[in-house]
Amino acid sequence: MGIVSPGFHGRRRKSAAELPPGQYLTNDFPVLSAGPTPRMREDDWEFTVTTETGREHRWTWREFLDLPAETPTVDIHCVTKWSKLATEWEGVSLDALLADVETEADFALVHSYGGYTTNLPLADLVEGQAWIVHRYNGEELAPEHGGPARLLVPHLYFWKSAKWVHGIRLLTDDEPGFWESAGYHDYGDPWREQRYQGD
Amino acid sequence: MARAAIPGRLAWRVARLAEARQETETARTLVFDVPDWPGQTAGQHIDLRLTADDGYTAQRSYSLSAPDRVELTVQRIADGEVSPYLTDVIGLGDPVELRGPVGGWFVWRPGTERPVLLIAGGSGIAPLMAMIRARRRSGDGTPFTLLYSVRTPSDVYFADELRRPDHGLTVALVYTREAPDGWPRPPGRLAPADLAHLGLAGDCFVCGPTGFVEAAADLLVARGHDPRRIRTERFG
Amino acid sequence: MTARDTGTGYVDGNALAGPLGELFALVAMDVTAATGRCVNCGRTGPVAALAVYDRAPGMVARCPGCDHVMLRLVRTPDAAWLDLSGMVWLRVTTER
Repeated sequence: MGIVSPGFHGRRRKSAAELPPGQYLTNDFPVLSAGPTPRMREDDWEFTVTTETGREHRWTWREFLDLPAETPTVDIHCVTKWSKLATEWEGVSLDALLADVETEADFALVHSYGGYTTNLPLADLVEGQAWIVHRYNGEELAPEHGGPARLLVPHLYFWKSAKWVHGIRLLTDDEPGFWESAGYHDYGDPWREQRYQGD
Repeated sequence: MARAAIPGRLAWRVARLAEARQETETARTLVFDVPDWPGQTAGQHIDLRLTADDGYTAQRSYSLSAPDRVELTVQRIADGEVSPYLTDVIGLGDPVELRGPVGGWFVWRPGTERPVLLIAGGSGIAPLMAMIRARRRSGDGTPFTLLYSVRTPSDVYFADELRRPDHGLTVALVYTREAPDGWPRPPGRLAPADLAHLGLAGDCFVCGPTGFVEAAADLLVARGHDPRRIRTERFG
Repeated sequence: MTARDTGTGYVDGNALAGPLGELFALVAMDVTAATGRCVNCGRTGPVAALAVYDRAPGMVARCPGCDHVMLRLVRTPDAAWLDLSGMVWLRVTTER
């Protein structure tokens, strides 16, 4: 630990028992970004699932909104150590999007408008664990938080919940995404504090 | 295996607050004592790290506003985490950690022999002030012009020092919200007319918030300044 | 140097100790004045002029011309990961 500066406390924070190790509670919603914010018109938006055989499944914004909506309330945990409890979202479960997709793949590489990518096992996208969300806190999802739509996989660190989501490639072999190829963990379970490669 | 050693200049050192003065209502100038400080080139910055008693740390970069001692001028950001500690809390003798100086591109050295144009937006004056002081201290005769954009007259840093005559230094203030009584230029953002009388030769250093720096650099290029002679430093 | 006489035509990475060590020492002195070339658009300029996004899990430096990622730096508790794959080259000036 470094030299303590007396009277310095930093942002008000508390490490509550219900938080994963090393996390602090925040009430605001910090905006993290690795690049310029893409400004996507909903008319131009498209979501694609591509299987390991190259088969493509596509949804326009309209078609996406026609799928059954869900309203998950979840805790989110950012690898930069903030956690936010009981965040309210609206979107479509990946179970609905993947229902007609035939695949033998074990892995998924999520890609976004703007070029961001992140990888995770396909098993973590299904069975009510993941959504493509387009509303937050009762309002349209703001561009800085990933609007028009972002992935939401709350049981993994939040960098897996790709903003500006554009599609998912299903793969037989795991392929590291943007942060995973620069030292971050391939799985990223906050409860096991899997922040970096080797954790 | 032993952890690789970090060169001294980039290792964290303990610095203690030695002097402090209020610069404006929301900005404070702090001078730190740092044992074995290696010295700096005008325009360089340092990284500053604060640690709370539970181990929580926060780190920020600040430009040095002096050419010799470890002097920072910190603007309080209302919902900031580090700046309110530095402007309102830290007392004489209290420790922080510093590393540096760093940065070798946004720097000016005496003896360069080209006229210099400095353009500051708000607290972007800090590294440019280090250059002005380095010039004065070295007796360098290079002509300097400072164009300093601030919101109101009470936002001017180093106001007394900039008012004192300094041979070869021209200071022009641009007020964006509120100007002193009788000021010839109506308040407003930096505009082409503010640069119209400035020479085209020499080196330009522009420092301030990102939007200000982009706008100022665009104005310079539009006026015909060689883009390779424009050096910028953006924050926030 | 005898290593060149082994007939393989190459030596091993230990030979980089001096040359690369010298380079990193120069980079440690100051990386911002070094010049890089973007792998995507070919734009060339000083590291100081890159657009750096640091409100993120790491630092991401992008080309000011085309936004392509030119450099990434991630610090973990016990390592630093540096990705320079977005640069064709990084030119560091040395003493003549």
